Amino acid sequence: MRIGIDIGSTTVKVVLIDNNDNIIFRSYERHMSKVREKAAEMLEQLRDKLSGEQVQVAVTGSAGLGVSKAAGLEFVQEVFATAGAVERFYPRTDVVIELGGEDAKIIFLTGGLEERMNGSCAGGTGAFIDQMATLLNVTPDELNLLSEKSEKLYSIASRCGVFAKTDIQPLLNQGARKEDIAASIFQAVVNQTISGLAQGREIKGNVLFLGGPLHFLSGLRKRFVETLKLGTEEAIFPDNADVFVAIGAALYAGNTNPLEFDEVMQRIRSASEQKNLTQTLPPLFKSREEYEQFVERHNRHKPPFVDADNYTGDAYLGIDAGSTTTKLVLITPEGGLLYTFYDSNGGNPVGVVLEQLKEIYRRFGGRVTIKGSAATGYGEDLIKNAFNIDLGLVETVAHYKAAAHFNPDVDFIIDIGGQDMKCFKIRNGVIDSILLNEACSSGCGSFIETFAKALGYTIADFAKLGLFAEKPVDLGSRCTVFMNSSVKQAQKEGAGVDDISAGLSISIVKNAIYKVIRASSPSELGRNIVVQGGTFLNDAVLRSFELELGIEVTRPTIAGIMGAYGAALAAKALKKEKSSLLTMEELDKFQHTAKSAKCGLCGNNCQLTVNTFSGGRRYISGNRCERPLGKGEHTGLPNLMKWKYEYLRSLQGGDNLRGRIGIPMVLNMFENLPFWYTFFTKLGFEVVLSPESSRALYAYGQHTIPSDTVCYPAKLVHGHILKLIDMGVDAIFYPCLPYNFNEKKGDNHYNCPVVAYYPELINANVNELKKVRYLIPYFGLHRPRDFAKKAAAYFNENFGIPAGEVKAAARAAFNAYNAYLRMLREKGDQIIQNSRKNGNKIIVLAGRPYHCDPEINHGIDSLITSFGLSVITEDAIAYKQPKFNVKVLNQWTYHSRLYSAAEYIKSQPDMELVQLVSFGCGIDAITTDEVRSILESGNKIYTQLKIDEINNLGAVRIRIRSLLAAVEARESSEADTSTV
Amino acid sequence: MAELVYNEEGRLLFTKEMKQEYTLLMPMMLPVHFTMLKHVMELHGYKVELLTTNHRGIVDEGLKYVHNDTCYPALLVIGQLIDAIKSGKYDPHKVALLITQTGGGCRASNYIHLLRKALHRAGYDYIPVVSVNLSGLEKNPGFSLDFTMIRQLAYSMIYGDLIVWMANQCRPYEIIEGETDLRIDKWVNRLTAEFKQKGSFKTSHIRNNFNLIADDFASIPVKRVPKVKVGIVGEIYVKFAPLGNNNLEEFLLSEGCEPVVPGLTDFIIFKCDNRVVDHQLYGGKFATFVGAGFLKWYCMKLQKYMIEAVKRYPEFRAPCTFEHLKKLVKGYLGYGNKMGEGWLLTAEMLELIDSGVNNIVCTQPFGCLPNHVVGKGMVRKIKDNLPQANIVCIDYDPGATRINQENRIKLMLANARRNELGLVAAGAEEIETEMDDGAEAEMACSSCKSCNTCS
Repeated sequence: MRIGIDIGSTTVKVVLIDNNDNIIFRSYERHMSKVREKAAEMLEQLRDKLSGEQVQVAVTGSAGLGVSKAAGLEFVQEVFATAGAVERFYPRTDVVIELGGEDAKIIFLTGGLEERMNGSCAGGTGAFIDQMATLLNVTPDELNLLSEKSEKLYSIASRCGVFAKTDIQPLLNQGARKEDIAASIFQAVVNQTISGLAQGREIKGNVLFLGGPLHFLSGLRKRFVETLKLGTEEAIFPDNADVFVAIGAALYAGNTNPLEFDEVMQRIRSASEQKNLTQTLPPLFKSREEYEQFVERHNRHKPPFVDADNYTGDAYLGIDAGSTTTKLVLITPEGGLLYTFYDSNGGNPVGVVLEQLKEIYRRFGGRVTIKGSAATGYGEDLIKNAFNIDLGLVETVAHYKAAAHFNPDVDFIIDIGGQDMKCFKIRNGVIDSILLNEACSSGCGSFIETFAKALGYTIADFAKLGLFAEKPVDLGSRCTVFMNSSVKQAQKEGAGVDDISAGLSISIVKNAIYKVIRASSPSELGRNIVVQGGTFLNDAVLRSFELELGIEVTRPTIAGIMGAYGAALAAKALKKEKSSLLTMEELDKFQHTAKSAKCGLCGNNCQLTVNTFSGGRRYISGNRCERPLGKGEHTGLPNLMKWKYEYLRSLQGGDNLRGRIGIPMVLNMFENLPFWYTFFTKLGFEVVLSPESSRALYAYGQHTIPSDTVCYPAKLVHGHILKLIDMGVDAIFYPCLPYNFNEKKGDNHYNCPVVAYYPELINANVNELKKVRYLIPYFGLHRPRDFAKKAAAYFNENFGIPAGEVKAAARAAFNAYNAYLRMLREKGDQIIQNSRKNGNKIIVLAGRPYHCDPEINHGIDSLITSFGLSVITEDAIAYKQPKFNVKVLNQWTYHSRLYSAAEYIKSQPDMELVQLVSFGCGIDAITTDEVRSILESGNKIYTQLKIDEINNLGAVRIRIRSLLAAVEARESSEADTSTV
Repeated sequence: MAELVYNEEGRLLFTKEMKQEYTLLMPMMLPVHFTMLKHVMELHGYKVELLTTNHRGIVDEGLKYVHNDTCYPALLVIGQLIDAIKSGKYDPHKVALLITQTGGGCRASNYIHLLRKALHRAGYDYIPVVSVNLSGLEKNPGFSLDFTMIRQLAYSMIYGDLIVWMANQCRPYEIIEGETDLRIDKWVNRLTAEFKQKGSFKTSHIRNNFNLIADDFASIPVKRVPKVKVGIVGEIYVKFAPLGNNNLEEFLLSEGCEPVVPGLTDFIIFKCDNRVVDHQLYGGKFATFVGAGFLKWYCMKLQKYMIEAVKRYPEFRAPCTFEHLKKLVKGYLGYGNKMGEGWLLTAEMLELIDSGVNNIVCTQPFGCLPNHVVGKGMVRKIKDNLPQANIVCIDYDPGATRINQENRIKLMLANARRNELGLVAAGAEEIETEMDDGAEAEMACSSCKSCNTCS
């Protein structure tokens, strides 16, 4: 008899097989983080059968290593075990795809055995599905059922749960159908498997699907089969898919020394008694008394008491339609609470608000007059339109209003909600700098909740457990996917749920402080810190925050509804006689339908959600610009980024005398195309540009991407190259350029390593290149005369073109490049002049040349102009700034422009800089800090927008609006002081 | 007490007085090489402390003071320095920090600036930072690299390479545990002490030393059972520094493997070669071309002697020449690929496989830019051309857990054992018995319950 034990991140699987490999016993259970106890308990069921017998045992799984070590049992690596079982039972398999709780694996069996596991940044697995299900407020099984009724798929970022949430939340808030979202979630998992795991190898032939999620979720299976275009014969879903790896371990156990069954039991049991943690932290509270004092101190900050049951008079309504929750308050003019509501929006914020408004009318109708109403948060626009709310305000402003109510001297606010984290400094009564969590650490609050649920607790109980944990686990301070595996490690080492709970709270706080705020000492934050957001109602989080910073902070008792409270205060400031809010009668007749549509008015093809409300009010979301709203043409405000893109795209064609040269429209080509276009057309080539970037084009090349952590602009290159091959060009020209043009503003003039050498990466990973001439010479455009010589030699050798011709073409190319720069700068100046004439503010949308690709910037430029602002780019003004000292090594040309542009706008009162940062750009870790410090030294507000394959603009909107609100507030306070 | 002096750009200088009074703190990278560096600097009158700290606090300090998306080595190096300043072991007013600067197109060239920013944020603006570089960046009155010292440092690197190269092939097989490390200490001390003597720079003397080192390590009593050989390549810091790679070499040893770590000599020659190649590709000053060319030629000569010294012992694998590496990488990458480890990293993988070491751990900091291309980016092509290649890429960063990394390495090792058990059928049993011994030791332990030493 052989036993295989597979201990994964969330489940334990035990299998017993006989000498003919028949399964005698199988069991699959969640271990709720009690790894060793669960394993012992499951084996116990075999006692009657096996007591006194000799057995062979092998342990496998990501959490199995610790158990095997402690119990002195043989360990077999899980992919290895899987491969063994496949060979035995399904020998005709070509590829195995196994999804587990937190692991995803792919094994290529034929055509060169290869086994791959998900990298440290790849979520898209069972835990991801659990988390998404929680977000939709359904069980994974219900999610599965929903998915079967889907009609369409939304694109949801697949890399990790955090991104996906960022995509899903706005869809929910905009009223997209849950059925469609459910299927889209499964599709995201499929995409992740193909891009993150297969990494350049095509999945074809007979595919065996294993692991819990694939076993239990038919919707997920369907998405895999459809996406991979597998025939019924080709897709294999074995009966024992959920315990398959344990079967592999049992097979492997045949190689191990037989042991007495009771001996095995005894060893596992004694292993389960051990507890040794490597990295633990001090407890949050030393004693009950300490905790009580703490609670007492914080409970002092509360709104004035009001007798809600008997109050008559005026009232103001505030609604905060957050990403996962809806908050609502009704206050008296003094700020007393008449009514509060805080709950999950269950994916239907409109319905929740409708119910609450009816409740308010029922309870207060007749004795209370609602004189003003305001909405804020992610769903602000939707709610405002649905219920005829008086005012919509950006959430940062709402939070500040509320914080200032409790502590007028507040100089720093941190708000951790379910989905996002916001921090801002207040200087002279104005929001000074805003920090929103970047893609990688967002979603922290709901992360705890998901975790609590996964371990079988409510969030409140889970948090309480942590308060008195003796040895909180040190889980690090990075993104939640990493925390998952840190928890796995802690579980492996036998940490209790209490220690994990406390550890999670501490991690969230560390994330906030070191990742988002990046503070090194409390004095850097401010003296009067107000903390708010639902997550801070968790005492363990609050305590961790105070301990980490070493100071006492203010947490109002209404920390969870501060946004709504601030909105209500803003409604009061409107000084209206009566709110335009829907009346009770209107609410009774209220109807809401949401339909999806494609805009089609321009190339962006925005996915729109059209909400129709009773009374004919409509609200359209998902749009990037104003056009689908029926407001006619674009605002007409100038947009240099758009101009740049359109101009560059026009550079193609030419006479085909010597052949057709394909140029991929990627990375530094967005700077160098005017050069190469002229160079090749002069030489008698027709220049063929790769098509415009799109999500589909990205997907087309996805299977050839070897490194899933590289930036999105680089990932797009693969699709462009493949398309060029399809277009049948004679050669593809994509040179390696380690050096960039020398603009003499920095210490050196490099390109970043990815831009410099990506042509070589493509060469090594795109098999299809065998069909075409692929030219990737090293050139240096920074030395025109040397370039002419080197190019002459190169093109003579490769195309037999006389040297003189090449040299002339090189001269023309340099001239063309310079002419392009001149044109760009003139265009920029025109925009600046016109904007000044019309009194429009100017946003310098600063990044890299390739950020003008609409698929990379997701239409952020149009979004900005829709707010009534002009857009110019960093390269249109950087040249105006003489060389100056920066505090970093200024050695990349594109990045030098960022510093110069930032320095320049310090003296331009009508310009603000917004920096675009591609996720995964290592160099921007350096530039962002420096650009920020340059701007702040000139009293400018720094705004950073992190962009990736995500194409939802909700977060971007908040940032831009916060920036505008801050600029406005600052200007009006300046105006105030100047009039005094 | 030394006065704080600034240059016209406002940079705090390391003065001559400081050389007398201050201790220079130096972050660790390669334990053997850097110990020799320390000794050399001491010969020139500097007080130097090589930081051998290795605990979680270092990462935490790094996270506090360095942008968290910056590459992991920067975070560790800066964390280690700040952790040392705060440790109470030194008077913060009497320390200066030593850091190397290369000036390549990789973001690593920014370490010194990030360190200064970190010092500023931690309130240590008064601590001078000394840049060690050969490009003439950031001069300090109290610190100069004269020609003698440069040569001594360079020789230390090459000696260090040979010592480590030999030691790695002895340690897994030594009969008396710890013997190899004793010999390392002996040679580190002996060689640096020798630098004081006249004639220690003579090529003939160095060549003789190479032979003596090889002789000495070859005389260590060993039992050569077949073991899985695992090559380690990658970004220079996480490749070499135990703090950066979670004690990777130690882990591999504990798994019954022999780690094969290509040395630093090739990297030095590579950096010289880059300048020569730059000139060929883009033109430029002829003097740089000649200077770099000479340096390259000299290092290659020493490398040749080193290889000859090892080759006298056929049971030892000898390193290959730089020229051979360059030949191997042809068709994979251009020689202009020089940022970070550039084409050398790919070449090292190819050389390992070429010399029969098919199992490779390719290490990099999470999101390492050059490694997207030269590391992960080349694996597929290598596997296409050399199907026996068994490569695993491991990312290191403050949040990556050891269990995930080790699990992935174990997968690679499981493949290696299967492949190599097939290849070396004779050795198979011995590997088996060895593993059983380990299991027995654990068994004895868990039965007594009270002992925690073996978990």
